[in-house]
Parts: sequence; structure tokens; C-alpha cells
Amino acid sequence: MTFRKYLVLAGVTLFAAIGDTFLSRGMKQVGNISLHSLPDIFLTILNPWVALGIFFLLGFFASYMTALSWADLTYVLPATSLGYVLLALIAKFFLHEQVTTTRWLGIALISAGVGFVTQGPALTRHPSHHDQQESVSEAVGTRTQS
Amino acid sequence: MKHAYTWGAIMAVVLASTTGDVLLSRAMKKVGDVGQVWRSSGLMAVVGRILRRPSFVLGIVMMAVAFFSLLFALSWADVSLVAPASASLTFIANAIAAKIFLHERVDHRRWIAALLVAGGVVLLAA
Repeated sequence: MTFRKYLVLAGVTLFAAIGDTFLSRGMKQVGNISLHSLPDIFLTILNPWVALGIFFLLGFFASYMTALSWADLTYVLPATSLGYVLLALIAKFFLHEQVTTTRWLGIALISAGVGFVTQGPALTRHPSHHDQQESVSEAVGTRTQS
Repeated sequence: MKHAYTWGAIMAVVLASTTGDVLLSRAMKKVGDVGQVWRSSGLMAVVGRILRRPSFVLGIVMMAVAFFSLLFALSWADVSLVAPASASLTFIANAIAAKIFLHERVDHRRWIAALLVAGGVVLLAA
């Protein structure tokens, strides 16, 4: 894993947390959507917070796809779960919500999970499919040996 | 009734986003290291190679299904229930699906990581 690749993982984490925050704020303003007025769901995009949230989630998607091009799904997902911790900290410092002991424990568990997965290799090597995956294995050959 | 709607929508989010993640991951592995392709052939080559993969297009469709299911769930119940419930179940579903469909080596370390994160996400909402 190079520094640049850790930056991409940081991008996945940050953009997802910021995007979700804006989306949640927008949906609170829009209010309930009922099954009987389905087309209303597309009108939610007109809400500026929802639109901004979607913009950030596009940034998330681009960095997520980049990460998946050189790392396993079961590596990328836990490695970028610090976003949940970030959401809790945003709630504490910007929205002045109370962060309870239970939440701190949740933050500790997630951080431990991130620590666990990032200690291991980022990509599974498939010796049997080596020909198809040549470019991928070449790119990560040095990293998967740990 | 609202309760059943909420959990139905959460299960739809979990199923759709797991299917989407697996398809997208498969597509991107076929595309290869995006940084390398970009440096050697340019950004348009990267976009072209990604868009030509059927599993990418199908993955996007599943992600859209997951996204709108999430919007539905959010309009019926609090984000503090919907987000952690769907996220933590998705972590576990993804570990299982990645092992079966992507043949990723989900060792003890990755199982523990997935379970710790799933548990942590639930606690965050408690």
C-alpha cells in the first residue's frame, strides 16, 4: 500500500460521511414519502441539501471504484468504516449532540476493526486465474506478501 | 405496518447493496489498477474500460435500487435506526458474499474486522 492509495481510502471515508450528513439533513426537510406518491422520490433531488449530498456521494463513488480496482471488497469496506466514527464526531462537535459511553464503545470497536483489517494483505492472490489477473497481481505483488 | 415497511426496506437495502458491491468489485478487478491504466492510457481509457463491463452497469443498477430503498426507509423511520441497521448487516452480508462469489480469502482477521465494525455501528446508534 502506497501513500497515494491510503489517500484514496481516506477519500472514500470522508466523502461518504459528508455526503450522508447532507442527505440526511435534506430528507428531514423533505419529510415522509408515501408508496402512493412514488414520483415524489425523484423530486427530493430538488432539495439543495439532497443535491449537495449526491454530489459528495459521486466523489465517494469515484474513490470507492478506484480502491476496488486494487484491493479486496472485504478489505476496503472495513478499512473505510472510520466514516461512522467521523459521523459521531461531527454530531458531537458541530451539532453539539451528546456522545454517550455506548457510542464511545462503538467508536472503539470500529477503530479496532479498522486496525485489524489494515494489518493484513489488501488483495487476495488467485494463482489459478493468474493469466486473467496478471495486471492486478503485478501491481500488488509486493504488498500481498506480508 | 410502518414497522414492517421499515424492516422490509432495510432488508432490500442490504440485499441490493451487497449484490451491487460484489458486482462492482468484480468489474473493477477486471479493469485493473485504475492508477496504472490512467497513467498509461489516459482518463478516457479508464472510463471506457469501466463502462464496457456489464457487471459494472448491473452493479450501478443494484446500487440505485439500494439508494432508493434507503430513501424510503429514511422517510419511514429515524436515520439512527435505518443507517446502522442496514450498514452493519451489509458488512456481514458482504463478507459472506465476497467469500462465495469473489473467492476472496476472508481469514480470521477479516471476519473479526467485519464483526467488530458491524457491532460498533450498532453501538453508535444505541
